[in-house]
Amino acid sequence: MSTVARKKSVIWDYLTTVDHKKIAILYLIAGGFFFLVGGLEALFIRIQLAKPNNDFLVGGLYNQVLTMHGTTMIFLAAMPLIFAMMNAVVPIQIGARDVAFPFLNALGFWLFFFGGVFLNCSWFLGGAPDAGWTSYASLSLESPGHGIDFYVLGLQISGFGTLMGGINFLVTIINMRAPGMTYMRMPMFTWASFVTSALILFAFPPLTVGLVFMMMDRLFGGNFFHPAQGGNTIIWEHLFWIFGHPEVYILVLPAFGIFSEIFATFSKKRLFGYSSMVFATVLIGFLGFMVWAHHMFTTGMGPIANAIFAVATMAIAVPTGIKIFNWLFTMWGGNIRFTTPMLYAVAFIPSFVMGGVTGVMNAAAAADYQYHDSYFVVAHFHYVIVGGVVFALLAGVHYWWPKMFGKMLNEALGKTTFWLFLIGFHLTFFIQHFLGLMGMPRRVFTYLPGQGFETGNLISTVGAFFMAAATIILLVNVIITTAKGKKAEADAWGVGRTLEWAVASPPPEYNFAQTPLVRGLDALWIEKMEGKKGLTPAEPLGDIHMPNSSILPFVISLGLFIAAFGFMYHNQHSWGLFVGIGGLLITLGSMFLRSVIDDHGFHIHKEEIMEAEKGVKA
Amino acid sequence: MHAEEKLTAETFPAAPEKATLEGKNKFLGFWLFLGGETVLFASLFATYLALRDKTAGGPPAHELFRMPLVFVATMLLLTSSLTSVYAIYHMKNFDFKKMQLWFAITVLLGAGFLGLEIFEFNEYVHEGHVFTKSAFASSFYTLVGTHGGHVAFGLLWILTLMIRNAKRGLNLYNAPKFYVASLYWHFIDVVWVFIFTVVYLMGMVG
Amino acid sequence: MANHTNTGNPNVDLAYRRKKNAEEMKHQVISFVLMIALTLVAFFAVGYDEFSHWFSVPFILLLAAVQVAFQLYYFMHMSHKGHEVPALFIYGGVLVAFLTIWAFMTVVWW
Repeated sequence: MSTVARKKSVIWDYLTTVDHKKIAILYLIAGGFFFLVGGLEALFIRIQLAKPNNDFLVGGLYNQVLTMHGTTMIFLAAMPLIFAMMNAVVPIQIGARDVAFPFLNALGFWLFFFGGVFLNCSWFLGGAPDAGWTSYASLSLESPGHGIDFYVLGLQISGFGTLMGGINFLVTIINMRAPGMTYMRMPMFTWASFVTSALILFAFPPLTVGLVFMMMDRLFGGNFFHPAQGGNTIIWEHLFWIFGHPEVYILVLPAFGIFSEIFATFSKKRLFGYSSMVFATVLIGFLGFMVWAHHMFTTGMGPIANAIFAVATMAIAVPTGIKIFNWLFTMWGGNIRFTTPMLYAVAFIPSFVMGGVTGVMNAAAAADYQYHDSYFVVAHFHYVIVGGVVFALLAGVHYWWPKMFGKMLNEALGKTTFWLFLIGFHLTFFIQHFLGLMGMPRRVFTYLPGQGFETGNLISTVGAFFMAAATIILLVNVIITTAKGKKAEADAWGVGRTLEWAVASPPPEYNFAQTPLVRGLDALWIEKMEGKKGLTPAEPLGDIHMPNSSILPFVISLGLFIAAFGFMYHNQHSWGLFVGIGGLLITLGSMFLRSVIDDHGFHIHKEEIMEAEKGVKA
Repeated sequence: MHAEEKLTAETFPAAPEKATLEGKNKFLGFWLFLGGETVLFASLFATYLALRDKTAGGPPAHELFRMPLVFVATMLLLTSSLTSVYAIYHMKNFDFKKMQLWFAITVLLGAGFLGLEIFEFNEYVHEGHVFTKSAFASSFYTLVGTHGGHVAFGLLWILTLMIRNAKRGLNLYNAPKFYVASLYWHFIDVVWVFIFTVVYLMGMVG
Repeated sequence: MANHTNTGNPNVDLAYRRKKNAEEMKHQVISFVLMIALTLVAFFAVGYDEFSHWFSVPFILLLAAVQVAFQLYYFMHMSHKGHEVPALFIYGGVLVAFLTIWAFMTVVWW
């Protein structure tokens, strides 16, 4: 076993990588791409609704764009971008050299990627899914063509990837923490990632089961949701929301984690109420599983069930409130620097609180009969998801960009992006509360003149273009930075508190030449306050064990991608079953190879590490 | 300690599945996966319970189920759980041959279970209880079939491990793999306990 | 990695470990016998016509729960130390499982 310094092409390197930092970049690129696609779909929706009786996107096509906007943004943009942050940061924050399952980590990415590509193939193969991102069975069973099949199989594949990612991060955080990194010394983002991963573990199986049922009903003659044969469409709704509500917290808890890091860093203060933050995060995760039916108040579950779910839902406002106050108190008396990430963090508080308040309004079951399926709900969840999650992702990208790529994003352009996005966001969605209260239904492709919806919708559309402009400036910023950005130091912002700011930007393959000894919360800050240059090592310098890269994750995922096509067409084409089984054999065969070929990894020798570290210090 | 190191009964650790970091990670990761599987099967059970009376004119559960067959299958699977415990017992004693033997018995019992299940499904199909017949049929076959799929996967998995490691014996690289496979096998048994109780026995009393 | 032995004499420790393993195996066999017995009782309770299903359904569910506890704590070694996190996540799964089944049996009713 020795290091083989083979020259590999960049593409082959990324196809086979098992390095969490490179996988983070893959997630960022793929998630960013799907974010642009979903954003474009959002623009099309807003153009169609800009004026009454518009004919830009009519009827069925509008349904497809609307469905794909929601599905893409949640599953293919927000989730992978969160995984990008987690991969880039969490292992380093806990002082680990790697994740627990590097191979699974790569497999998780490729499954997500092929699932996403499969879903978007629908555009070119007869039409996209058109039953909304929730794909309620009563609509989706009646949907002609293969759109819904793309939804079912694509999400199934990418869902497996997410589940693997979740297990990987749980084990990484439990088993791979550096000496001294106790649970109550973990940075808040790591805690959030931990709870989010646990939610993924328990929330994705119900989605898997729901998708299997839907696949059976649509492709194999099953009767889970067909009332004529005794089926019940409500079962889909329950399974979907048993997954779907925790999904909201899967997205928003890491967002809270990102903001917790940013507030502490740029207030130059320890996070206020750290232990209550941990408690609130865990409590939100716990309660998140007991509230799903608040999406179904109007299905007729009865007053008792509605009351229970209403009260449980409102209870979540308590831990969320704890967090809001802790962030405010973190800033209180701090030495605040309004960098781009900090601007997002500050703007997030009022934006997200508005989303939270409308959430409690929706939770009042009786009142929800009015809000249900109106633009009020659209406004509510965009305030939560954009005001919470997207703000956090934009903040996180600016905050950790120097760590991931070694160059500082341009602050002037970053702030321009922020202001355009903030203004655009509130222009787009604030008015939608009132459109909803005035009776404008969601998911309907047009409205008539003279109902009082014209001005509100026009304002909303103008706002969407502001957000589009902000996104373009962000892309320009990325290009300029990549071409001639300022090189980032290890502690890129100069006020880093957590371990990721102790290693070079970008970090070496092995993260830490010597595993650090952690002596408290904000491990790097403690060392800095004691006037030390680096971390206290917990071990002498030695050879470092690294995992081998592998093409198998790519091939396993490709096999499922092929199989999905086969099974989708097996009712119309004789080759369908053949291709489906062939794809599964590719997947199972690659898994078999993975199982029987020993993979002991390789070692980076001490001398090489000393050489590399010298280069950094000099 | 290197994973591939040649060990003797004296140097073999008491908990070989957790002696290396890879082993520890596998062990924990697999338990977490079982936590997720619990929810997966719960969703299948919940759906079955909601739909089990919706026979759409097909035969109801208590006329359909072949209880003697189910009883024999249950005994086979429960016994296979014990035999895999024996396999792990011998693994901890660093007795590779006996471990292989007990895993082989486990595989045989599991194969017997699977054969009975296929025979049972075939019988039901001949009585008109086909997958496409009713919501009851769909949910029954999906729940019991998912379990059967797990059995089949487990058989292939354990067989692969046995054949792959037949020549080289036990070390700390493959010990966690065997251990985790046996955990999976026990979990299959756990699920079956609920299937014979909730699906078959409760199906008989209504 | 550190030395695993306690006395420094591997043969003594080996004998001790073997004895402990054999003892544990005895417990495993006992729990297996109990599990078979529970299964027999469950099949019998259902076959016996005198029991109303208001008795037999909760009864066999209880038997199943006991049997699964044997599987988890003995066969899968959850009674050993080092299983705190696995237990936490299994019980987490059980909680979600319970909520799901409870909902499907109460509010999916038409």
